[in-house]
Amino acid sequence: MIDRRTMLAGSAALAAASLGPRMAFARTAGEKRLLVLVMRGATDGLALAAPLADPAFRAARAKWLDTYADAPKLDGTFALHPALAETGRLYGEGDALLVHAVATSYRERSHFDAQNLLETGGMRPFERRDGFLNRFLGLLEGSESPAIALASALPLALRGSNPASTYAPTTLPKASDALLDRLPDLYAGDPQLAGLWQQARQTEAIADASDMDSLGRARDAGTLAARMLADPQGARVVMMDLAGWDSHANQLGMLQRRFTQFDGLMAAFRAGIGPVWEDTLVLVVTEFGRTVAINGTNGTDHGTGSAALLLGGLVKGGRVLADWPGLASGQLYEGRDLKPTMSLEALNSGALASHFELDAEKVMRALYPGRTDRPVEGLIA
Amino acid sequence: MTPQSIALNRFGLGYRRGDALPQYPRSWLKQQIGGYEPSPQALAGRAVDGEEVARVIADTAEFRAMRNAAREDDDNPDAAAMMSKERQQDVRRGLIADIALRGRLALETDTPFMERMVHFWSNHFAVSADKAQLPSLVGPYEFGAIRLHVTGYFSDLLKAASLHPAMLAYLDQWQSQGPNSRAAATRERRGRPERGLNENLGREILELHTLGVEGGYTQEDVRELARALTGWTMQGLPAAARATPQPGGAAFFDYIHEPGTRTVMGRSYRDTGTGQALAILDDLAVHPSTARFVATKLARHFAGDTPPESLVDRLAKAFSESGGHLPKVYEALIDAPETWVEEPVKFRQPWEWAVGLLRAGGEMKLADRQFAIMLRELGQQAWRPGSPAGWDDREASWAGANALYRRVEAAERVANLLRLEDVRDLAEAMFPGSLSDTTRQSVRWAESNEMGFALLLVSPEMMRR
Repeated sequence: MIDRRTMLAGSAALAAASLGPRMAFARTAGEKRLLVLVMRGATDGLALAAPLADPAFRAARAKWLDTYADAPKLDGTFALHPALAETGRLYGEGDALLVHAVATSYRERSHFDAQNLLETGGMRPFERRDGFLNRFLGLLEGSESPAIALASALPLALRGSNPASTYAPTTLPKASDALLDRLPDLYAGDPQLAGLWQQARQTEAIADASDMDSLGRARDAGTLAARMLADPQGARVVMMDLAGWDSHANQLGMLQRRFTQFDGLMAAFRAGIGPVWEDTLVLVVTEFGRTVAINGTNGTDHGTGSAALLLGGLVKGGRVLADWPGLASGQLYEGRDLKPTMSLEALNSGALASHFELDAEKVMRALYPGRTDRPVEGLIA
Repeated sequence: MTPQSIALNRFGLGYRRGDALPQYPRSWLKQQIGGYEPSPQALAGRAVDGEEVARVIADTAEFRAMRNAAREDDDNPDAAAMMSKERQQDVRRGLIADIALRGRLALETDTPFMERMVHFWSNHFAVSADKAQLPSLVGPYEFGAIRLHVTGYFSDLLKAASLHPAMLAYLDQWQSQGPNSRAAATRERRGRPERGLNENLGREILELHTLGVEGGYTQEDVRELARALTGWTMQGLPAAARATPQPGGAAFFDYIHEPGTRTVMGRSYRDTGTGQALAILDDLAVHPSTARFVATKLARHFAGDTPPESLVDRLAKAFSESGGHLPKVYEALIDAPETWVEEPVKFRQPWEWAVGLLRAGGEMKLADRQFAIMLRELGQQAWRPGSPAGWDDREASWAGANALYRRVEAAERVANLLRLEDVRDLAEAMFPGSLSDTTRQSVRWAESNEMGFALLLVSPEMMRR
C-alpha cells in the first residue's frame, strides 16, 4: 500500500528538481543539527539540579528536600530532579551536560524584558528587532539551513533576515484530499505560491502529524522535533517553546509535572532521532532563575542565576559545569538569588561555535554584538 | 488588478457578499473618511471609555489583594491558586470576546478603508496581550482610544495611544518614578529601596511612534522624555489614589513626577505637570522625521515592502503641510498613482486574510473561540505582536509554507460551514475584472460550491492585494 507519506516524498522530489535550490530543503547527510528549547517563565535551576552539598541550600529549601531523597546524584554536589529520568540516563551516558549558575546579562526581574534579551541577544530589552538564532543561520555555510520553529508564529529568536518557517500541528480539521489535489493546478502559474505549497506539503509529510493536534503533548512534540531534524528533507535548526515555569505557588507539584513533560519530550526526541543524535545538539535555556528562599505560597519568586542543559551525541557530558558561588546569604545576588558566574551568551556562543565548527569569537560577535565575554570552551567533543 | 479590485482589496478589507460594487473607486474611498463611525452599532454593548479602563484596573488591584490574603490562609492552601485560575479563565474569555468583536467590526463596517486604518494605527502603537493586565485593556485601547482618533490629527492619536493605560502598563511607564521626585525623597528619608526611572515608553515613543530609529534623537532625548513622562500612571491603582484623573483612564501623580525643565530634540519644556509631556508629544507629532517615518510605514502598507520614494515624499508633504491632519494624508494616498499599480503589491497578513474570508462569506458563522483559535493557527494571534514594534509589514514575515497550509485548512472549514450557493458570481465580485483564468476555471470546475469557495479563498488573488 502506498501511504500518504511515501507518495508525497515522490512527488516532492520531482517538484523540488524544478524549483531550484532555494525551495528545496537540500542537505547532505552528516550535517549538524540543533534543537533549541526555551523554558519560558524562569525555571528554578536549583530545583532542576539541587546543590545538596551546599548547607545554605539545605537550610533554605529544608521542607522540599524530601524530593531528592532518591534522586540520581550528578556529582558530589548536585542531584538531578527525580522526574528527569531520561535526562539522567543521558547524563550517565555522557550525553548531557548540566551548566549551573548561568544567566544572561539581564539583572532585573521582568519575564518580558528578560525573554526579549534572551531571544534578541541585545544589550538592552527591545533594542534589537531580530533574533540571535536568526543571525546564527546567517553564519551557516551555503544558506541551505532551513530553520523551523514548532509554533504557530515565528518566535523572536528566529525573526530576521534569514529564512525561517514555522510548523504547528493544528486543531483545524484536516483539509480534504480533494481540495489538496487541486492546489497544484491553482498555483501552477504562480511560482511563489507553488513553491510555498510544495514546501508546505513536504513539511506536513515530514511532520506526519495526523496523530497530533497540538504541541501540548510533550512526547508528541519531541517526536515531531525529531522527525523535522532527522528527515533528510527536514530542517537543520528547530526551536520550540516550553511554557509554564513561573512557579510562584505550589512549586513542588508544578515542577514535578513540568520536568516530567520535559523529560518525556527528550525521551521521545532521543528515540525519534535515532543515529542522527550523534550530530545533534540540544540547547535548553530559560530567561532567569528564581529566589533561593521559598516564598509564602510554597513557590519561589523571580531570581537571577539558573541552570541550562546541553544534550547530544557530541556533548562532553556526564558532568556539571559550574563555578559554584554558594548560597550562603553573603554569596547571593542582591541577598536573594543564585549569583550568576557564567554568561549564557558565552555558553550559547561556545556551544554553537564548537558544534558547528565555527570561529567562536565570530559567533559571539554575530549573536551578541557589543559583548566581550569569552565563549565557553570545551563543551563539545 | 482593476481600480475597482484595488479599492476593494488593497485599500479595503475585501468584497463583502451582497454589497454593490463601488462604481467610482477613488470617490468611494474618499467618502469613507467622512463616513467613518468611530463607535458603530456593533460596539454598543462594549464599554471602552476611561471609566471602564479605571474599573478594570481597580478590579485587578482588588483581585490581587484578595489573592494575596488567600495565600496567607494556611487552612486552605489551594484557595489562592484556584482564585488565580478562575480569574485567568475570566480574563481569557473576555479577550476572546474582544477578538471576535474586532472581527465583527471588520465584517460589518461600511467604511472598510478606515477600518484598515484602525488596524494600521493599532499596530503602529502596538500593545500586546502577552503582558499581565493587558488582556482586559487591549480591547478598550483599540476600541476606545485608537478608533476615536484615526480621522483626526496625529498628535491627538499619539497622545491618546501613548498615554492610554494599556500602553502605560505595556511599556512599564506606570511605575516609573522621578529620581528627584517627592516620592524618592520620602523613600530615602525612610530608608526604603530606591525606585526610579523606566525609559521603556520614552524610548519607544521616539523610536517606534514618532521620529523613527533614524530620526535623529539621542539617548539623552530618551531619558529627558522618560523624565517628563514620570507621573503618568493609571486610575484605579491603590498606590496612586491621590493622582489626578486624566482622559482615557490615565492619571497623573505629581508625587512621583520628576521636577524641572526638560530638553528634548533641542527644545526646552517647563515643568507644568501633565502639560510638559503633552507639549513634547505635540512637538514630536509634527517633527519632519515623524512625517517621514509615518509616511514610509503607510507607503509600505499600500505600495509594497520597498515603497517608492516618490510616494513617501508625497505623503510626508501632506502630513507636514496639514500639521499631521490624517484625512489629508489618506487623501494623498488615494490620489497617489503609486498606490494604484496593477500588480498586487502586498502579501495579505493572516488577519487581513481572515477578515477577507469573513467578508466574502458575508457572516461570522464561527463561534468567538473558533475565530480566535483560527487566527492563532494562521500565525497571527490578535493583539499579540510579541514586540512593541508591532507585527512586521513585510512579505517575508507572512508568505510562509505553514501559514499557507493553515489557510487551506481554514478555508475549507469555513466554506463547509457557510454552504454558499453563488460562488461563481462571488468570485467575479471579489476581484472585479481581475480574476485569472486559472482561478476562474478552478472555481467553475470544482465539484461543489463549498470546494469552489475554498479554492477561491486560497487563490493567488486572495493571498495578495
